[in-house]
Amino acid sequence: MLQNDMVESSPLRDPHINFAYLDERTKRMIRRAILKAVAIPGYQVPFGSREMPLPYGWGTGGIQVTASIIGESDVLKVIDQGSDDTVNAVNIRRFFQRTTGVEVTTDTTAASIIQTRHRIPETPLREGQVIVYQVPVPEPMQRLEPREEETRKLHALQEYGLMHVNLFEDLAHYGHISSTYDYPVLVNGRYIMSPSPIPKFDNPKMHLNPALQLFGAGREKRIYAVPPYTTVESLGFDDHPFEVQSWQSACELCGSNESFLDEVIMDDQGKKMFVCSDSDYCSKRQEKP
Amino acid sequence: MMDFDTKPPLMRVHGLSCAYGSRTVVRDISFDLWPGEVLAIVGESGSGKTTLLNAVAARHTPSAGQVSFDLRDHGLQEIYGMSEAQRRMLARTDWGFVHQNAADGLRMNVSAGANVSERLMALGQRHYGQLRAQAIDWLERVEISPSRIDDRPNTFSGGMRQRLQIARNLITQPRLVFMDEPTSGLDVSVQAKLLDMMRTLTRQMNLAAIIVTHDLAVARLLAQRMMVMQNGEAVETGLTDQLLDDPQHPYTQLLVSSVLQP
Repeated sequence: MLQNDMVESSPLRDPHINFAYLDERTKRMIRRAILKAVAIPGYQVPFGSREMPLPYGWGTGGIQVTASIIGESDVLKVIDQGSDDTVNAVNIRRFFQRTTGVEVTTDTTAASIIQTRHRIPETPLREGQVIVYQVPVPEPMQRLEPREEETRKLHALQEYGLMHVNLFEDLAHYGHISSTYDYPVLVNGRYIMSPSPIPKFDNPKMHLNPALQLFGAGREKRIYAVPPYTTVESLGFDDHPFEVQSWQSACELCGSNESFLDEVIMDDQGKKMFVCSDSDYCSKRQEKP
Repeated sequence: MMDFDTKPPLMRVHGLSCAYGSRTVVRDISFDLWPGEVLAIVGESGSGKTTLLNAVAARHTPSAGQVSFDLRDHGLQEIYGMSEAQRRMLARTDWGFVHQNAADGLRMNVSAGANVSERLMALGQRHYGQLRAQAIDWLERVEISPSRIDDRPNTFSGGMRQRLQIARNLITQPRLVFMDEPTSGLDVSVQAKLLDMMRTLTRQMNLAAIIVTHDLAVARLLAQRMMVMQNGEAVETGLTDQLLDDPQHPYTQLLVSSVLQP
């Protein structure tokens, strides 16, 4: 039975569109891809990506994953660069409100599904939550090996020398590993995976995370996953290990020393301030006495 | 010299044929290659030299025949009977492949140092300092200034690129190198320098090589043994000096007499 036959939920819900926009067969196809992705952590599963009412680059992969797993009892949070109220987040949240009528929230702890672009929330995720990443470039070796037939073979045979060529180049030219986002990781000791353009500050949060992590790339037509409590190891050299960035100052709004900070330019005189990129985390800390 | 009775050859090629569709371009080639030996395959364009080289280097599946290689711990093994993973492993550890056009064998958009140490990283070396030290050592051995280690190969001259390609292949201490016209496209003085360097390296490392060339001088300088090909068949095989000074087959005679004397 189609789900929209029994819907009588939110007044925001548009009754002329199937639940979560995609038709039921498409959702089933995407769910099959997701199941396969969960079974082989870090492996990129091809899927029949659909045309969405948003352009590529706006998170069509993540939207399709969310649309396939969302149910009426879910609570959705959407963030873009850590914030709940930037354009991309507002648009996607409104899209799901209109097509599903589910409850939406900005509270990380209250959400059952979190769709994200560029960040993992500062508040630790828990079991039962799902975080959906929007991925522009799923193939971590694409820059050095543009042939997809070849990269697939490299994954299959676990020939990952290329990834270190990339890091070697950074060290040769800058003396340190200059990649600060989309920093490649080894999942479950087997597949090298691109974690989407999250800052490398967030990489350690993926390791043994209790939540299910799903990745969708709409244009590239790939889905991959990190199941709960899976090892995720950032690459590095023995004498130049992986490290995350740090800041001189604390957040000027909530005083946190542990969060990822955005540099905000205040005027044309060069005045600037550092604030948390995770707006929910920052505002909750400000509310507390 | 070598004890030919007890030791197996490094590579044994038996009855090798290659076809593109219904057209056979390499017909029934057999030879043994011994450790440290340099074999030159000469012949005119279209005689099947490069196809033969690709077939013995596991880059083009032959239509008939066997190619066996002496693995360090398993003895002679048929290379097309191995799994693809084993074959690729062999190709980047115990073998090297030097392309005619250096851009085909190098990563032009990463530094010389990364090019040279890529094979070591593929083998799991993860210490940047040590990787770099080995890269510098090899750049010196192929006479490239270590100050160029962070430069990209597209800033290098043709001769330097070719030497860099050789360093990139030899860093894992292979036992066999395949070379496809390694000196064509270089001017004569650069050719001479490269040949001199290759001769030194093959001697030092007891490195066997199969060199495809149309230049008889390259064969004379580097190779102990030579195979002359015409229309996909080996028309004459023998010691290089013997073959060049006293050619028996009419085609070899033609080839030797066609060389211009300055």
